[in-house]
Amino acid sequence: MPYHNNIRQDRKVIAMYDVCIIGAGVVGSSVARALSKYQLTMVVVEKEADVCEETSKANSGIVHSGYDAHPGSMKAKMNVRGSKMMESFCRDLDIPYHRNGSLVLAFSLEDLPRLEALRKQGYENGVEGLRVLNREEVLAMEPNLNDTVAGALYAPTGGIVDPFKLTIAQAEVAALNGTEFRFETKVIDIEKIGEGFKIFTDKGELTAKVVVNAAGVYADDINNQLSARKLKITPRKGEYCLFDKEVGNLVSHTVFQLPTALGKGVLVTPTPDGNLLVGPSANDIIDKEDNSTTAEGLSSIVAKARQSVKSIPMGFVITAFAGLRATEAGGDFVIGEADDVPGFFNAAGIESPGLTSAPVIGDDLAAMIAQKLRLKEKTTYVSKRKDVVRFESLSVEEKASLIRENPDYGKIVCRCELVTVAQIKDAIHRPLGAKTLDGIKRRTRAGAGRCQGGFCAPRVIEILSKELHLDPREVAKFNPNSVLLVEFDKDSL
Amino acid sequence: MMKRDIVIIGGGPAGLAAAISCFENGNRDILILERETYLGGILNQCIHNGFGLHTFKEELTGPEYAGRYVDKVRDLGIDYRLDTMVIDINQEKVVSAINEKDGLLQIQAKAVILAMGCRERSRGALNIPGYRPAGIFSAGTAQRYVNIEGYMPGKQVVILGSGDIGLIMARRMTLEGAKVKMVCEIMPYSGGLKRNIVQCLDDYGIPLKLNHTVTKIFGKERVTGVNVSEVDPATRMPIPGTEEYVACDTLLLSVGLIPENELSRKAHVKINPKTQGPEVDESLSTSIPGIFAAGNVLHVHDLVDFVSQEAALAGKFAVKYIAGLSQDGSAVAVEPQNGVRYSVPSRIHPGNAEDITVIRFRTDNVYRDVFLSVYLDEERVMHLKKRILTPGEMEQVNIPKKWITDRPGLSRIRILVEKE
Amino acid sequence: MKETRQLTCISCPMGCPLTVEMEDGVITNVLGYTCRRGEEYARKEVTNPRRTLTSVIPVLHGEIDMVSVKTRTDIPKAMVRECILALKNLEIEAPVVIGQVIVHDLCGTGVDLIATKAVRRNNP
Repeated sequence: MPYHNNIRQDRKVIAMYDVCIIGAGVVGSSVARALSKYQLTMVVVEKEADVCEETSKANSGIVHSGYDAHPGSMKAKMNVRGSKMMESFCRDLDIPYHRNGSLVLAFSLEDLPRLEALRKQGYENGVEGLRVLNREEVLAMEPNLNDTVAGALYAPTGGIVDPFKLTIAQAEVAALNGTEFRFETKVIDIEKIGEGFKIFTDKGELTAKVVVNAAGVYADDINNQLSARKLKITPRKGEYCLFDKEVGNLVSHTVFQLPTALGKGVLVTPTPDGNLLVGPSANDIIDKEDNSTTAEGLSSIVAKARQSVKSIPMGFVITAFAGLRATEAGGDFVIGEADDVPGFFNAAGIESPGLTSAPVIGDDLAAMIAQKLRLKEKTTYVSKRKDVVRFESLSVEEKASLIRENPDYGKIVCRCELVTVAQIKDAIHRPLGAKTLDGIKRRTRAGAGRCQGGFCAPRVIEILSKELHLDPREVAKFNPNSVLLVEFDKDSL
Repeated sequence: MMKRDIVIIGGGPAGLAAAISCFENGNRDILILERETYLGGILNQCIHNGFGLHTFKEELTGPEYAGRYVDKVRDLGIDYRLDTMVIDINQEKVVSAINEKDGLLQIQAKAVILAMGCRERSRGALNIPGYRPAGIFSAGTAQRYVNIEGYMPGKQVVILGSGDIGLIMARRMTLEGAKVKMVCEIMPYSGGLKRNIVQCLDDYGIPLKLNHTVTKIFGKERVTGVNVSEVDPATRMPIPGTEEYVACDTLLLSVGLIPENELSRKAHVKINPKTQGPEVDESLSTSIPGIFAAGNVLHVHDLVDFVSQEAALAGKFAVKYIAGLSQDGSAVAVEPQNGVRYSVPSRIHPGNAEDITVIRFRTDNVYRDVFLSVYLDEERVMHLKKRILTPGEMEQVNIPKKWITDRPGLSRIRILVEKE
Repeated sequence: MKETRQLTCISCPMGCPLTVEMEDGVITNVLGYTCRRGEEYARKEVTNPRRTLTSVIPVLHGEIDMVSVKTRTDIPKAMVRECILALKNLEIEAPVVIGQVIVHDLCGTGVDLIATKAVRRNNP
């Protein structure tokens, strides 16, 4: 049974939406958030069962400071603006964010001039506080770095953010302000009709005056159905290893190496939740669905990370994953109205620094669309939201007082991350609530810890089944085909 | 703040046996804190038989073995709290826990007994490439689904790792209607008991593939198959070209158990990197006086009988500690050497030791036709012929206290495997 | 008629490979064992292999959903499948006590199926 039947939302029949956004990743969710402050009818169409299911869920979670992109490029402008607004943006949306600063390492004296060039480029892009450090300064900041380090570019404005929450929070704000989300709905074709578009999906048709293409690795397919200015997006696979919190303090800054033609190279970074993350690899592939990890990819990132830090504690890996970057042939973000298709707006080729730029991309596209449709602002717009309580991070007194208010906070479900029944119920019942195990994990961290759901998955299945009135055999990892329990004991006998 | 003489963290086999022992040794001011809704711990889901041969001289199932201890705890009126999660222990032995009814519970203990057990190693530590679909479970999680919840997590199963839980689950899933295609073991020998290989695999015609591992996982939504490859026994690396695709909807992992010592670390208890459990002396006392440890939190056992024995000893010493009867003095180090991977305890204070101190250990490899030797400094005092020593089976030697007291100035007890 | 059976001894971690030679169903020779326990195991396993069967069955109105069960003693190995099939569609009403007989004389083995876990009745 598809999950969209379970969404507690009255769906009005809308003849023509003002805006249809294709894709509920961080970009689509950001555009929806920014547009939801206007009086309009808006629908977000997503082929997966939840927000944040593709590129947005599998990336480094870095808020780049902005020295890396070519001056004048869309990437450079968006990145620097995104970096500057991220702290207050995350505060408003109650998302974990830390400005931990980043380092770009050089390992030979010949490479030191490249650090300086990077610093100049950053200065040109408007990045503040960049400094080139000598070997001793770097090692004083990060004692676990490899002794072969020759120097580093220090970017104090670099930060880390929870990429799931950055997406989920924006989608929640959009939903709170009346945006309709249609999950498990895949766009098959789009036609220009009169003053708008007809969008054909595997769940029927809908029409909209404006279409926003935030389809990630599929954004070229969507664009090319309408526009003569063809895009070509190559999925570039990035593989990662995530480590136990036990070794989360191996480094405190985000540690890069000098960039290569394929990207910013392999980084070693703490995450906002205290884990250690190593990756990504960078391999151009053909299959846009192939987010599998590979033996070669995983060993390559570990080998490269070993250049940066003295030792990689492989015994503490808790999971590995891969994501696909949407790399557009032109090398830059493609943002704005297609000049040959009025009303069709692209947010395509959003690879790194896409996460950093997403809030700004959303704001800019919303402004363009509002102008085009002459939208008026709502008086009832809700711009903030509260995240699911992060119980683990509270003091004992705060924990005690929460349990007094709601005894469900006294029932621990996930022992690794100290997640309670109350948090899981909140994640299920809030706007665009979790319907799957992965949905619960991204909203609460239940199952994200060192045992990877070994202990808590049975409890989470039980709660999802009870709260959503699902048979336990329907509760799935991330979509209806990814069920966990297949039948009763002895059914096959 | 609540005050208790003895707080026991965990109400599984170790915690229950420790509590009963405390009571029987004269201290009744005991509180057991258990995070589950019931006492008995993981035994509740180990419904197979084979427990208790040493303790009760009969073959019980896990729930029956647990039931005997639970009944006794209840009969003695020992206090326990269920659904109670300990979130912190500090060096001053203040235990913080939360539950629905009490909210935050803070208890000043005179002694704490760590009995949190262990957890299964997850897929991450193996770093098996491929997709991350549904259908990958640790064997213990699958055991919970099948035996506690009554649901099958799959129909066509490949099991990676031949630890006992994996072997037991091969039989359980077969009996409940699944097809278990094979058990793969990366080592040249099984980590499980011989009896389980025969009765759980051979009985049902399930192949055990030694020197094999899973090298890729297929299926984006639910597992559709895995690649199984032969490994080079010397390097344990897959041999290219030996991959065999095996269609399945489920991959069970039984690739090792890790003592759960997150709380111990919070109390700054010193952890032995080999066992991943606390370092203890003859009294099962950790590096923090008054904090004791026993059972799988200390080192992973094969037999619950020995967990109970060890925990009973911890309970006895905890009572002695509170009564002020322990007198530490100097300690003799216990050093595992040449083929012996670790030993518990790792030091003995002769002043506190029982007449016999049991040293439990595992070897680092399979050894055939060798001698197991104990040296007191350079003097060999034990030389036992062993047809086989294997890492899958815990060994033990008994050290009489007299050996130590008769030799003033003794600095270390060495346990090792010798060819002759 | 002569036949040979190959077994693995389960008496200790050695796992000796045992060969049992038989003629007309009578054991004529046991080879491969290194201790007396091995020979005993081989003789029993060939003439009368038996296993204890354990499983779980659903409980109605119980504080938990499934109760664990076992055959009180071992049953003939050849009847394990027939016996587990007989447990399909079986349910029991709570409360259940340890040792309670769930099925008398399971499949004519002469062995009862008993509960191995206590289950209290759920307070409605």
